[in-house]
Amino acid sequence: MFGNLDFDVIRRSLPYLFLDGMSFTLMLTGLSALGGLIFGTLIALMRLSSYKLLGRIAGLYVDFMRSLPLVLVIFWFYFLVPYIGQWLTGASRPIRVGAFTSSLVTFIMFEAAYFSEIMRAGIQSISKGQPAAASALGLTYSQSMRYIVLPQAFRNMLPVLLTQTIVLFQDTSLVYVLSIPDFLGAASKVAQRDGRLVEMYLFAALVYFVISCLASYGVRRLQARIAIVR
Amino acid sequence: MIEISHVNKWYGPSFQVLKDCTTSVAKGEVVVVCGPSGSGKSTLIKCVNALEPFQEGQIILDGIKVNDPKTDLPKLRARVGMVFQHFELFPHLRIIENLCLAQEKVLGRSHDEAVAKGDKLLERVGMKAHANKYPAELSGGQQQRVAIARALAMDPIAMLFDEPTSALDPEMISEVLDVMVDLAHEGMTMMVVTHEMGFASKVANRVIFMDKGEIVEDAQKTDFFGSPRSERAQKFLSKILSH
Amino acid sequence: MNYNWNWHIFFEPNPTGAGTYLDLLVSGLWLTIKTALLAWVIALIFGTIVGILRSLPSKAASWVGFCYVEFFRNMPLLVQLFLWFFVLPELLPRAAGLWLKQLPNAPFWTAAIGVGLFMSARVAVQLAAGIASLPRGQKQAATALGLTTAQGYRYVLLPMAFRIIMPPLTSEFLNTVKNTSVAITIGLIELTGQARAMQEFSFQVFEAFTAATVMYLAINIIVVTGMRFLERSLAIPGYITGK
Repeated sequence: MFGNLDFDVIRRSLPYLFLDGMSFTLMLTGLSALGGLIFGTLIALMRLSSYKLLGRIAGLYVDFMRSLPLVLVIFWFYFLVPYIGQWLTGASRPIRVGAFTSSLVTFIMFEAAYFSEIMRAGIQSISKGQPAAASALGLTYSQSMRYIVLPQAFRNMLPVLLTQTIVLFQDTSLVYVLSIPDFLGAASKVAQRDGRLVEMYLFAALVYFVISCLASYGVRRLQARIAIVR
Repeated sequence: MIEISHVNKWYGPSFQVLKDCTTSVAKGEVVVVCGPSGSGKSTLIKCVNALEPFQEGQIILDGIKVNDPKTDLPKLRARVGMVFQHFELFPHLRIIENLCLAQEKVLGRSHDEAVAKGDKLLERVGMKAHANKYPAELSGGQQQRVAIARALAMDPIAMLFDEPTSALDPEMISEVLDVMVDLAHEGMTMMVVTHEMGFASKVANRVIFMDKGEIVEDAQKTDFFGSPRSERAQKFLSKILSH
Repeated sequence: MNYNWNWHIFFEPNPTGAGTYLDLLVSGLWLTIKTALLAWVIALIFGTIVGILRSLPSKAASWVGFCYVEFFRNMPLLVQLFLWFFVLPELLPRAAGLWLKQLPNAPFWTAAIGVGLFMSARVAVQLAAGIASLPRGQKQAATALGLTTAQGYRYVLLPMAFRIIMPPLTSEFLNTVKNTSVAITIGLIELTGQARAMQEFSFQVFEAFTAATVMYLAINIIVVTGMRFLERSLAIPGYITGK
């Protein structure tokens, strides 16, 4: 079955796969998770704010993003970001945006919708007494959020946030549709150049599998530890 | 009818829930099992119809060995009724459907036959008017009466009650106990885990007192209430009765 | 923004010579729906089996369920589709591989099966959680009535568990719809694919994507409304879900 397969192609392309491909994937995952978390928290705060209109807008954004396939959103931003750049910089024509920037903007905006739902649940899980106690001590709304509510919400939701980040890590492979050389893109490039689809895709699957498995194992351990502390 | 001999049960390697328990319930006898929480009384009663496995000893039910791997357990369980602390009616089924399900699926009765039987039993526990409601629309006491009717619908040779009134609000306890007293008077073989000493003194033949997984006392009702021999049973009784 | 909007583009003939650009998009929409429905059936069947496995007391069964879920959850969907589409035919015996490669509509079948299996792991997780959320006594009550394990699942546990997990299942179905778009990488020209094709032929990027976006939103609204309707019609009187 494996008779005419050549697994040496993997060894030969390892530097390219990991130094170029995987570093792109991990960088995109990390920065998107960070950006998504920041924007997501802001959106969650908007949704929970007492200004009805603000909450409506945030809610619409979340529902909108969550209704669309990521692939379509990737295409949207790929074509939209140059125009947004033009608008922001006042240039006379759409600006050229690199593959990394374009994907980063996409994933931050997309993931923000998902992270915001997690943070919203986290904030709502904090008992009403906490912000009440904070304001009784004289803390302002933003102080009570910053020092009392958000840290607790973040800590309670950490396992869920990390699980979502593992999903994000896998989802970054979809930049393949823009022919961007992330890890899968790099593997696919080698696969097509050398005609070694079977070897390269099996290897790519294995790498994603091992990383995701280890990461979700870590999350389970973390969850167990948090459960004990409670 | 029920022969329990030298039953030992462990949870995990070190925690022993049942220690060398031996007792029996004769046909038509009503036996009340009491004891502090965690004493293993619920576990013991669940061993009788093999809801809980045990490692040592044996239980014989109407001549059939419960812990024999060759025993057809579903068939055996169908012949023993069980009533749970939290009623455990099936929430997605109407009351009458709750009574019919096992009659049809286990005993193979026709739907009409099952409904007729179900109606009769609902009548008997005073719940006929609620036949088409869902469990969540009934009070706890009503649900427990239905649960008793559900068990009776299988024409059981004996009934097991696992703290049937301890999840009920006080004002609903008597409506359930009344049904149980009637059942006892009709000669049903019953093994009842309960703290209701009033029920015990009214209908029980024997009272078993358990503590820390052991059967500490197994006595005729009058002996038990008259002069419990063990200190633990005396303490327990004084706590229960002073309420 | 110096972009030439042209909303009439939808009614201009598309380059395939058959119909307008709008026809193209609508055919993509149908393919999305067809693929998603088949994938969902697969996800429900396999997800139910694996979800039950995970909830069984047997160590071996739950281990098999665990491995199944981990296998499909820890690889990107895109990579899984590549495995089914590019790798599987090469690893099969020559004749079978050849047959697979020459299968008409290969992208459609691969997408439906690939997305279906991917989603089945998530359905399994939801179902196992739903079963675990039922009171332990429900299973015991079914057992005590003499129902076999299979009957207990069929008549007692699954009807309740599926009602409880209806809201998460709705979002998983919507995820299935969205995930079919990943199949454009194996040549399935569904809705996103048709929008992309329209963009390439007509250069009207934003009109094409707007139309696709509106169609996805419409699917969402229809599914959410439909499921809410279904949820309400399956709701049990008096029973509050999530308690």
